[in-house]
Amino acid sequence: MKLNKALATVALAGSVAAMSAPAMARDTISIVGSSTVYPFATVVAERFGTKTDFSTPKLESTGSGGGLKLFCQGIGTQHPDITNASRRMKTSEFELCQSNGVTDITEFRIGSDGIVIASSKEAENLDITLEQLFLALGSKVPVNGEWVANPNKNWSDVDSSLPNKPIRVMGPPPTSGTRDSFNELALAAGCDELPEAASLSKDEHASICESVREDGAFIEAGENDNLIVQKLIGDTGMYGVFGYSFLEENADRLQAATLNGMIPTAEAIAADEYPVARSLFFYVKKAHVGVVPGIAEYVSEFTSNAAMGQNGYLKDVGLIVPPRAALMDLMDKAESMPNLTLDELK
Amino acid sequence: MTDQRSQAEIVRQSLKRRYRKERRFRAYGIMAIAIALGALLILFTDIIGKGYTGFVKTTITMDVQLDGEMMYLDDPTDERQIKMADFVEPLVQALIKEIPGATEDDRKQVRELINPYASVTLRDALKANPEWLGTTQTMTFLTHTDVDVYVKHAGDDAYSIKLNDQQKTWVDELLERDVIETSFNDVFFSGGDSRDPSKAGILGAIVGSLLTMFVTLILSFPIGVAAAIYLEEFAPQNKFTDFIEVNINNLAAVPSIIFGLLGLAVFINLFGMPRSVPVVGGLVLTLMTLPTIIISSRAAIKSVPPSIREAAEGIGASKMQVVLHHVLPLAMPGMLTGSIIGMAQALGETAPLLLIGMVAFIVDVPDGFFDSATVLPVQVFLWAGSPELAFIERASAAIMVLLAFLISMNALAIWMRKRLERRW
Repeated sequence: MKLNKALATVALAGSVAAMSAPAMARDTISIVGSSTVYPFATVVAERFGTKTDFSTPKLESTGSGGGLKLFCQGIGTQHPDITNASRRMKTSEFELCQSNGVTDITEFRIGSDGIVIASSKEAENLDITLEQLFLALGSKVPVNGEWVANPNKNWSDVDSSLPNKPIRVMGPPPTSGTRDSFNELALAAGCDELPEAASLSKDEHASICESVREDGAFIEAGENDNLIVQKLIGDTGMYGVFGYSFLEENADRLQAATLNGMIPTAEAIAADEYPVARSLFFYVKKAHVGVVPGIAEYVSEFTSNAAMGQNGYLKDVGLIVPPRAALMDLMDKAESMPNLTLDELK
Repeated sequence: MTDQRSQAEIVRQSLKRRYRKERRFRAYGIMAIAIALGALLILFTDIIGKGYTGFVKTTITMDVQLDGEMMYLDDPTDERQIKMADFVEPLVQALIKEIPGATEDDRKQVRELINPYASVTLRDALKANPEWLGTTQTMTFLTHTDVDVYVKHAGDDAYSIKLNDQQKTWVDELLERDVIETSFNDVFFSGGDSRDPSKAGILGAIVGSLLTMFVTLILSFPIGVAAAIYLEEFAPQNKFTDFIEVNINNLAAVPSIIFGLLGLAVFINLFGMPRSVPVVGGLVLTLMTLPTIIISSRAAIKSVPPSIREAAEGIGASKMQVVLHHVLPLAMPGMLTGSIIGMAQALGETAPLLLIGMVAFIVDVPDGFFDSATVLPVQVFLWAGSPELAFIERASAAIMVLLAFLISMNALAIWMRKRLERRW
């Protein structure tokens, strides 16, 4: 009998603990979003936590799309306050936000990130145009006016100036934002250079120009970019696709391919001269400012000169910081927090 | 007669072949075990080889002159002044003094040897001991991660050394004079996550794991045992209970990520519970471990011989008394073993936690069931994906800690079985 009572009490206590206290007030900022912005936002969050009396914000790496979906779910402490994105908010996402009552959003453009094609320093470096890159990695390429499965085996099959070596490239899987950007900024841009691309319908364009070959020449390596780096160092016939920050971290052992005549440097990416560069953003839910403590202060830390200036700590971790004038605009934005409008996104 | 002899002949002839067959079969078995052991050995050497340096920290000890004028500080109890004070300058000056030949012009290179959070350590020390202002104190700080990597991995191809030649000579010299030293990495066990590898610790993840496991245990054990007792002792044998049994067995094989999706839909979206908290993590893992516990508990109850029940009934015990006084105590060791193995499985789980937001960067060590938290395997996952190379050794070190937990839990299960199990 005693045991029976004890069991019942434990079960009851457990279910009470589980059921009570949802939707309680939160004093930690909740941030979600892009895995590309994650390494930068975490550094800001940690600095913010040690510098101020606010607790350190919590960051989840959910991907840009996943983050915006969570962010636009509604107002209230069970929803995140800030979301990071490695692309701009889509109009459909803006409308989702509006329909869930998340009407007042402020957008911050926090610098850029480049996608590089790198190889071991001992390997033959690539000097390639986006058009050639598409011909090497696209799933279908035009041969005599017909779109056929990519027949190119060696880089030199694409262009005689390229190395006479089999095409082997490691890159992120389709779930990654880096892959999205690579498909869009590198492959689709290269595809558009081809005269044959002009006659493609919109659907064909998406399915042909933005798809990577699946015959083994392009190897999907999972989300772990460190793995690609390790592989490149061991294998001089291999090329890898990843974010600029990983190149910088391994600058003594890796070299980056020249794309359309541009070497990926921080300056070239910031000035938008390097072709495969994208802007990074974060979005703030204004209804939560003042409800969850510290949001305004976090934003001002992120946009401060100490973080994003030419000697800022974000530069040390590989962020390509905005020029001074843009940073001053960001600072003003952090103070006034203007609303994002649909027109801006169109 | 001739018939018999020829049969014996046949047997004798085939004997050799049968022995050979048996030897081959044994060899296959040994080979299978050797492959398994080999894989385990490779895993362990790789993790330990990569990770043991994660348990070592590099520190620098120097005489820091806490000059108020230099720091723009004359009252360390004043919050406003603390905020505006310069805690980097005294560190740079102290280190310049330690390095012969270094001058004011080298300050940038010197500053790059000190951990970016050393100034926070100094600030907190001064806040705790305001009387230190104006004195000179011998203090120990973490070095910059680049120095840590150089000291531990110079000449190792897997790491990039980011110090320049000048800095390398300085560090070599400071190492020789024991100004820079390596010691046991207590920071790793006493702090939460950090983006600075030298400062990153697993305490936050360990506490998060313990909180989550506590919720899981307190829910899944009673529910699992109660379900098993009912199904085994009280439930009528019909199609409906058969249906439940099939479903429980089925649930045990469902991929864990499905439970994460369920948790997201029910606990977070429907009940409005916060994301990333141990309570929700515990609930999700409860759903995941329940089938394991129910199945093993039922097996334990089944193994109690019917004679025990019959004897109890024979002296007039009620059905409930039979179960609670006789069957349950005897089945308990088996139930506990099953539960511990289920818990060990839950401890190593990451997939379902991904969906309920426990895969997150959390610096503060959680201090409650409704505090944002992460767990050990998630911490490994996060570090393994970080661009900083110094996180490789931290990730491996964290794996070792996780393995230690798993091994001790499984050892406990075996010990309990040996100790408490009764053979019939």
